[in-house]
Amino acid sequence: MNRTKRYTVTLLAALALSGLVMAQTTLSLWYHGAGNEVERDIVLQIIGDFNASQDDWRVTLEEFPQIAYNPSVVAAALSGNLPDILDVDGPVMPNWAWAGYMQPLSLSDGALDGFLPSVIGEWQGEVYSVGLWDAAKAIYARRSVLEANDIRIPTLDAPWTFDEFEEILETLQATGEYEYVFDVGMAWTGEWYPYAFSPFLQSFGGDLIDRSTFLTAEGVLNGPEAVAFGNWWQSLFTRGMTPGTSQDDANRETGFIDGRYALQWNGNWAAIPALEAFGDDLLFLPAPDFGHGPKIGGASWQFGVSATSPYPEGANAFIEFALQDEYLAAFSDGIGLVPSTQSAALLTENYGPGGALEVFYELSNQQSQIRPPTPAYVGIALTFEKAMADIANGADVQDTLDAAVDEIERDIANNDGYGF
Amino acid sequence: MQRIPVKPVPELVRRTIASGRGPGRRGEEVAGLAMAAPAVVLLLAFLILPFVLAFVMSFTNQRLVSPNPTSFVGTRNFVQLLTVRPFLMTPLTDPVTGETLRDATGAPEYPVLRDITRRNPAYPQFDGLRELTSWAIGERRLYLLASDVVFMRALGNTMLFVLVVAPTQATLALLLALMINQPLRGVNIFRTLYFMPVVISIVVVSLLWRFIYSPTGLLNSILTWLSFGNFTPVDWLGNPSTALGAIMAMSIWQAVGFHMVIWLSGLQTIPGVLYEAASVEGASTLQKFRHVTWPGLRNTAVLVLVVITMQAFALFAQIDVMTRGGPRDATQSIVFQAVQRGFERQDIAGGSAISVILFLLVLSVSLLQRYVTRDRVR
Repeated sequence: MNRTKRYTVTLLAALALSGLVMAQTTLSLWYHGAGNEVERDIVLQIIGDFNASQDDWRVTLEEFPQIAYNPSVVAAALSGNLPDILDVDGPVMPNWAWAGYMQPLSLSDGALDGFLPSVIGEWQGEVYSVGLWDAAKAIYARRSVLEANDIRIPTLDAPWTFDEFEEILETLQATGEYEYVFDVGMAWTGEWYPYAFSPFLQSFGGDLIDRSTFLTAEGVLNGPEAVAFGNWWQSLFTRGMTPGTSQDDANRETGFIDGRYALQWNGNWAAIPALEAFGDDLLFLPAPDFGHGPKIGGASWQFGVSATSPYPEGANAFIEFALQDEYLAAFSDGIGLVPSTQSAALLTENYGPGGALEVFYELSNQQSQIRPPTPAYVGIALTFEKAMADIANGADVQDTLDAAVDEIERDIANNDGYGF
Repeated sequence: MQRIPVKPVPELVRRTIASGRGPGRRGEEVAGLAMAAPAVVLLLAFLILPFVLAFVMSFTNQRLVSPNPTSFVGTRNFVQLLTVRPFLMTPLTDPVTGETLRDATGAPEYPVLRDITRRNPAYPQFDGLRELTSWAIGERRLYLLASDVVFMRALGNTMLFVLVVAPTQATLALLLALMINQPLRGVNIFRTLYFMPVVISIVVVSLLWRFIYSPTGLLNSILTWLSFGNFTPVDWLGNPSTALGAIMAMSIWQAVGFHMVIWLSGLQTIPGVLYEAASVEGASTLQKFRHVTWPGLRNTAVLVLVVITMQAFALFAQIDVMTRGGPRDATQSIVFQAVQRGFERQDIAGGSAISVILFLLVLSVSLLQRYVTRDRVR
């Protein structure tokens, strides 16, 4: 075969191949998990399976590091380059939906049956996003420590009460064996603050915003219940029970595992190293009931369709395809997250009956409350984060919460009510 | 005798010299413009244009993410940032007797400040304001109310930062430069050591210093050891009264090497003969510094001062990495607030307004510095 002939054949072959590919319309998918090999492999597997399962659509993946993901989407929206399918952090979704970045999903009827309520992203009566997993939080504790101090092990049905919890903290502190008795993770600045601490506020009876109007936080974030929460919160630090805002990441990671912290408020993603350290001795306990029921924050990363996608039917088809139990279980096994359905939980290593993390599924199912579904959430989260840090550092509780309310209201007014 | 070869003058140069305005001149202009063009285009695109945009946006309600149309709002952003009003609060009085109401301990009772500043039709001028600070004057209280307390704190902190860092850093850098300007063996090792923090990314340096300042960190360990355990460890970054000082110290340490090098270059332009002459005339070391070194460093001093001041006004990375403005606004800075509002809070207009204020501030301080350090001889 001479050279010209060989080129011709190669060219024809390439044309034929691209012709085959051209029959499928390309859909772009943006994902926030760049750098995580396990996540990447699972996403690529779903994409590969989807592309092979039909001839109309071909999904391609573009990954971003989590820290750069939201700015990238905002920049893409401003320049009109949004992908077809994007993943979005649950509490941020209303902001993007309101801004016109996303369109409501159109999945087939019953596609979301059996899903945890917290993984379904709704705004103004429409479902915009759905998550393949959720994250849950619990108090990490050691059975041996609790038993040595005659502390009752709480259950989902009978969590610690406020008074009981206070007594426990005092008992543990009196032992003198711990640097701090209750670590809440002040080192994790950013979204962790509203995600992890606003459920305490809600359990006290307050909230981040008045969820009946979404226009004001007056009386909710600075009412008597919220002030009671703020006083308790401040007392954790003044009594030396909780590491303050200058805690560093290293202490957050190792403080509980090294036995320097007696109890730790943490997410299920940190469960594996703790299990390796303590095995059967480790307990995941539900949040205390501060008066209005135990609460944890819900909603993690979810998939949605961009408003500018010319092929919403393809994007919806992909999302529906990805919602299969085997993929939910793959994510759960791969990165330790709570699967979105009970049937997927049965397929996982850790969340099935008797699994080490089984309790987290029920925690998510029974106690999780989503962060306020409003476009104002982005600003509320920053305001709340600052208020929590300031109160921990000794600021006047009522003044700080009043200022937070004013700031939230000013932001809402500057945005013409955010669509409410 | 050897003949020195004379090189022929190139045609272009000769013509230029001869005519001053020949056809070559034009070509040169074009060439000059062409060479400047890349820099000019980049400056326009990345410096001038963004600034003009920021200036325009600071008068609008532009948001980063919003379906609402942008509209001009006049000076609203600036009013929201800069409003400060005094308010003299008198104790509550009994409506019948006119006597001051007192609690059980005899202390006078005051109205709740928030009742006055929150939608009170009697005090429209105080609507939405918050307490910046207050003093007691007899039984009355003088409040300073601000509509944006956080920005006011940022403004104050940044000013304080500049006032402390600029002179300290300049002086330390000069001392270091004088020390390493000695013709000693191994002085290059010291030059390298002092310059090292400048080459390391400020983010890395800030992270390291966070560990140094932590309650169980290096600084506390050293102080405890030096005081034989009598020193109570301080949470340097977690305590409102030490946080800004800690960041100042670290910032001075980080950039002192850079200014040392500038001073050094200034020192090395001073001719050695001046020192020799001074020695012959019997001048002491101090006199040599006062009358030879310092006058010789005049221009360098102006440069160092202006550069440090501008860098200090731009305080951001240390804050972002080490404290994020806390604890309790003790380390808020102007640039940190501009970034927080513009990007995190999606309020581009507010962030732009802060940038414009910063620009005017730096501009006026620089003009003032130029005026103060102007050449008085002429």
